Amino acid sequence: MTDYVIQQIVNALSAGSLYALMAVGLAMVFGILRLINFAHGDVMMIAAYLAVFCIGAGLPLEAALVIMVVGTVIVGLLMERIAYRPLRGGPEVAMLLSSFAVGQILQNGTLLTTRLAGKPTLIAFPSPEQLSGVITLGTITVSKVNVVSFVAGVVLLGLLTLFVTRTTLGLSMRAAAEDLDAARLMGIKVNRVVATAFAISAALAAVAGFLYAVQAGQINPYMGFTPVLKAFIAAVIGGFGSIAGAVLGGYVLGFLEVVVTALAGIGDLLPAGSVPPEVRGFLQQWLPSSLASYRDAVVFIVLILVLLVRPQGILGRRDEGDLE
Amino acid sequence: MTARRAAGPLLVILLSSVALAVLDASGQAFWQGLVINLGLFIILTVSLNLTSGFTGVFSLGQIGFMALGAYASAILTLPLQEKAAYLPNLPSWIAGVHFDEVVGPVPLGFLAATLIAAVLVSGVAWLVGRVLMRLSGHFVAVATLGFLVIVRVVLFNADAFTRGSRTFSNVTPYTNLWWTAIWTLGTVYVVWRIKRSSYGRDMFAQREDRVAAQSVGIRVMDPRLLAFVVGAFFSAVAGSLYAHFITSFSPTVFYFDLTFRVITMLVIGGMGSVSGSIIGAILIVGLGEALRRVEDVTLLYGLSSIVLAVIFIVVIIVRPAGLLGQREVPLDRLFDGRWWRRRPGPRPDPTPEGDQSP
Repeated sequence: MTDYVIQQIVNALSAGSLYALMAVGLAMVFGILRLINFAHGDVMMIAAYLAVFCIGAGLPLEAALVIMVVGTVIVGLLMERIAYRPLRGGPEVAMLLSSFAVGQILQNGTLLTTRLAGKPTLIAFPSPEQLSGVITLGTITVSKVNVVSFVAGVVLLGLLTLFVTRTTLGLSMRAAAEDLDAARLMGIKVNRVVATAFAISAALAAVAGFLYAVQAGQINPYMGFTPVLKAFIAAVIGGFGSIAGAVLGGYVLGFLEVVVTALAGIGDLLPAGSVPPEVRGFLQQWLPSSLASYRDAVVFIVLILVLLVRPQGILGRRDEGDLE
Repeated sequence: MTARRAAGPLLVILLSSVALAVLDASGQAFWQGLVINLGLFIILTVSLNLTSGFTGVFSLGQIGFMALGAYASAILTLPLQEKAAYLPNLPSWIAGVHFDEVVGPVPLGFLAATLIAAVLVSGVAWLVGRVLMRLSGHFVAVATLGFLVIVRVVLFNADAFTRGSRTFSNVTPYTNLWWTAIWTLGTVYVVWRIKRSSYGRDMFAQREDRVAAQSVGIRVMDPRLLAFVVGAFFSAVAGSLYAHFITSFSPTVFYFDLTFRVITMLVIGGMGSVSGSIIGAILIVGLGEALRRVEDVTLLYGLSSIVLAVIFIVVIIVRPAGLLGQREVPLDRLFDGRWWRRRPGPRPDPTPEGDQSP
């Protein structure tokens, strides 16, 4: 039982790290531009494809990762320059709409490229040796990629915290998130700050995309949609626009999903005699095993509840939520 | 509306009817299908315009209502034998229901099923809307997207009603040119009337400046909720027409690609303009079809979506209010007295122009 719980906790931490990496990228951009960057998931998808391409070309893993991150950052910067910068200062919804279109372009561009290269839509992801297999500690077995995901998340988010608190650029980024116009008046180069935010968020998305692809074992041009939705939820739960909140939200979401999955069908799973039959009947009725397939619906219901009850999220401030 | 002002719109309706009759008689299945498709997109775009364009509350959940409408009406019209064969696990209270009566040339059962489905979906929209219309800005977009995901998950998992991820097939093909045309006309008329009504002005007023609107006693929730519910009603109608046109479908259709397609039509036409939505739908359906043919010839699948997305980005950068903004094509002034007496002068537009930002 303890082993099972620990394995589930590792799963939750691993999923939470990926959500946190994605959510932080969304939150940084949102904090400065008030843009919900829908194309963020597709940036992540691009990273996975770059990794497949590099590994397929026979490059060592380290080189592949470097090329993947650099390539993804370039995509992120181009996206900002072409599709978002011209819309800055316009109606709030314009950039959101533009990000839908960017997502369509990235998805279909990838689809087109894979078709032209004669590859199928669904590609198996070559899981590198360093990340496959399991780690055994006593009686506990956890898959290596889950541990790596968790560690990578913690390390990168730690580095990001150092960056935003200890460097001038990081500080100007926080100032821009606080009040873009005031920051501009103080001589902060807004274009540079925004570009940096997009570059960092793309780099984090690249790492998340790689790990996500390793876990999933396959990639397709539409793989970014579900993770970006989850990242929205994570960012909203934590408090949209707050980096710390996005990290927290990511882990909360990771745990929430694991809990929903673990609770589904728990009435059937409990050993005989451990609970009174009435309790078991109650559990079987209210937490049937089919609940697991409703997991995504459950997390979205939680999202809507958070939006209604505490729209500023766990760590956000009241003025962050633009409600009446 | 005076007879003279009605003359312009009536002329357009008359000409369209003649064109439809010619098309109907011609037996060109491809063009008939394309026009039915266009009608469905006009209904979807105009109703999304009501929900999002008029009120500025950006909804991404509309296709969820369409999906619910499609499944609800298809379950209702399915003949009893088919129901027993395809949906053996339906609960008994609905397994015996079948709306497949046809009186002469008129499938009354289909009409009833469409209306029932649309009313049910409106009820869902009312419940969802009471909760979600309190949000605004980005948050309502995320929350309504959440609704779309929830609908999808439910459709995939409610096997007894929807056959899950398997195709829901053998729906009777009731939808034809005339049904589509009548519902399209009905949608356009209702939404256009709402725009010119005091409810519509409330919607635009709270969209332009919520605080100012509230300070002169305009409610925020009521017009938003009305727009959401009526928009959902017609989206469900579009879903029902779609189901009885395509006759077999699965939950995958009703997702983000379709949502984005309708948003493209809305934004290109102009958020707030009913005639703009019609023009947007015509342009994008036409362009989409042309590009699809290019794809078929060149085998560059994905190209059409890329081209449409690029056009979309260019439009929001160069002309953020879309082709028409919130103005309308002045059909009602087509026969104004210019020919035999002086024009009554420019009529002041009752809806405020200027800043288009929601």
